[in-house]
Amino acid sequence: MKDVTESYVTADGRTIGPVVMEMKNITLRFGGVEAIKDISFDIREGEIRAIIGPNGAGKSSMLNVISGFYVPQEGEVWYKGARRPSMKPFEVAQQGIARTFQNIALFEGMSVLDNVMTGRLTHMKTGLFAQSLWKGKAEEEEIANREVAEKIIDFLEIQAIRKTPVARLPYGLKKRVELARALAAEPSILLLDEPMAGMNVEEKEDMSRFILDVNDEFGTTIALIEHDMGVVMDLSDRVVVMDYGKKIGDGTPHDVRNNQDVIDAYLGVAHD
Amino acid sequence: MNEQLAFTIEVFANGLMAGVLYALVALGFVLIYKASGIFNYAQGVMALFAAMTLVGIQNGQVPFAHLINAIFGTDVHHFGWHVHSFLAIALTVVVMIALAWMVQKFVFKHLVGQEPIILFMATIGLAYFLEGVADLMWGSELKALNVCATETACLPQGMNVWLEGTTYEALGYGFFIDNLDIVASIVAAILVVGLVMFAQYTKQGRAMRAVADDHQAALSVGVSLNFIWVLVWSLAGFVALVAGIMWGAKSGVQFSLSLIALKALPVLMLGGFTSIPGAIVGGLIIGVGEKLFEFLIGAPYLGGATENWFAYMLALLFLVFRPQGLFGEKIIERV
Repeated sequence: MKDVTESYVTADGRTIGPVVMEMKNITLRFGGVEAIKDISFDIREGEIRAIIGPNGAGKSSMLNVISGFYVPQEGEVWYKGARRPSMKPFEVAQQGIARTFQNIALFEGMSVLDNVMTGRLTHMKTGLFAQSLWKGKAEEEEIANREVAEKIIDFLEIQAIRKTPVARLPYGLKKRVELARALAAEPSILLLDEPMAGMNVEEKEDMSRFILDVNDEFGTTIALIEHDMGVVMDLSDRVVVMDYGKKIGDGTPHDVRNNQDVIDAYLGVAHD
Repeated sequence: MNEQLAFTIEVFANGLMAGVLYALVALGFVLIYKASGIFNYAQGVMALFAAMTLVGIQNGQVPFAHLINAIFGTDVHHFGWHVHSFLAIALTVVVMIALAWMVQKFVFKHLVGQEPIILFMATIGLAYFLEGVADLMWGSELKALNVCATETACLPQGMNVWLEGTTYEALGYGFFIDNLDIVASIVAAILVVGLVMFAQYTKQGRAMRAVADDHQAALSVGVSLNFIWVLVWSLAGFVALVAGIMWGAKSGVQFSLSLIALKALPVLMLGGFTSIPGAIVGGLIIGVGEKLFEFLIGAPYLGGATENWFAYMLALLFLVFRPQGLFGEKIIERV
């Protein structure tokens, strides 16, 4: 067990920071159905943390707990060394946790640039009155936010479509725009809900490259959900494996790959 | 100049002016519908409530006077002072914001995620509740409303003499245009430009557009839905106040004011429920359409009074041939 407040270097030579978020004994029920059963794990600064598992394992529920969309019946969420009180999703976002959605939730009527700019909303501090008058500080702020947005648009190679209404974009690009919007918040944790779902091989490769680049370039801590094992193993530093709401494995991709429970969950096990 | 043609142009101009007032009411509907999907039947009553509150504050009326007198056996009706129009407007804005907050807090916060028909029914309830509160608060008698900057500089009433004189000299026919209508048009134009600027260029405006587009996505970028809904109800309250002032100054503050909400319905059918420019253009088309139709066809051939139904007929035609309105989002059903 590594110390929670200290950094360490992985076998791949990557430096992983101290724990930034810790889930303690989380249980989530929908009526009588337990979607998550007593799960604990942590997320360390600067790492790419994957949550994997077969369909219906409770991965998305877990992500929704982290981002405040679901409130667990039991357990605690610790963030930056303090217990997080029960919060609305927008408050979680204001704390610096950005996310994308499995089914893409973009502002379809807005341009790509406008979408990315909404990601900057949590960084706009000027009051309603100053904003309405559009003077001084508000203007400076707008320019600074615009610069960040443009930088991210360049980084994700979507300059060509910055003025295009999102509704007209193909699926793969929409996913990338959603990533751009989440990144624009300069989050301390970036949550990606199946960033590669429904993509072809080429798009998946692009997306993997962007996720790695984001982590490298900005040092962003990323927690992602994926059920494509191959992709996850290449991307992540550490992996949590879920099955039927329970945690069945937690460790480096190498550890997890050789975990008998994980193999059973993915390949099925003979009942004799 | 041909008398008939000149008269037609005059009717057209007057129709535009009437249309501005329809547009003002429709605008309030669009704001709330866009951000929350609620069709606010109470928009007309909000205009009435705002106008009554403004008059009440201006005249120094004691709110709930009848109630207070009945309970405590007192006999208070007026504070005995007169409040300056601008201060009274500012106070009314505060009241409308408080109303927006209460509507969100006590009604719609508890109805999040309900079917549109349930939300609609809630607004009908709200409309009657608000009408009752307005009655209880300020009394039900017809009141004159005038907004004055100084003792003598009030909202202008009557015909614009300058316009009449100029057109008479130029065309040999003097146009009769109401001063108040001209002011209403200018105020409406400023209001619309202001609203569009607010929505496009401010943080809150951007958040408002975000909520209008996708609730879940808006939450994920840190926007409080609750705050935005209070904000749009406040804006709609402000628009209602402006509409209430214009209608009230024109025909007195009376309970029939709440019925203008029904005139806004065909405007929305035409303009589309989600488009601010649509509300304006729709209002103008209805205003001009009903005046011209009455003048050219209604009065000579149909025995008049076509203004009562023309707007609804036009809306019906639109529903058949272009259900999304002129500017509404196109309805595409994927199979």
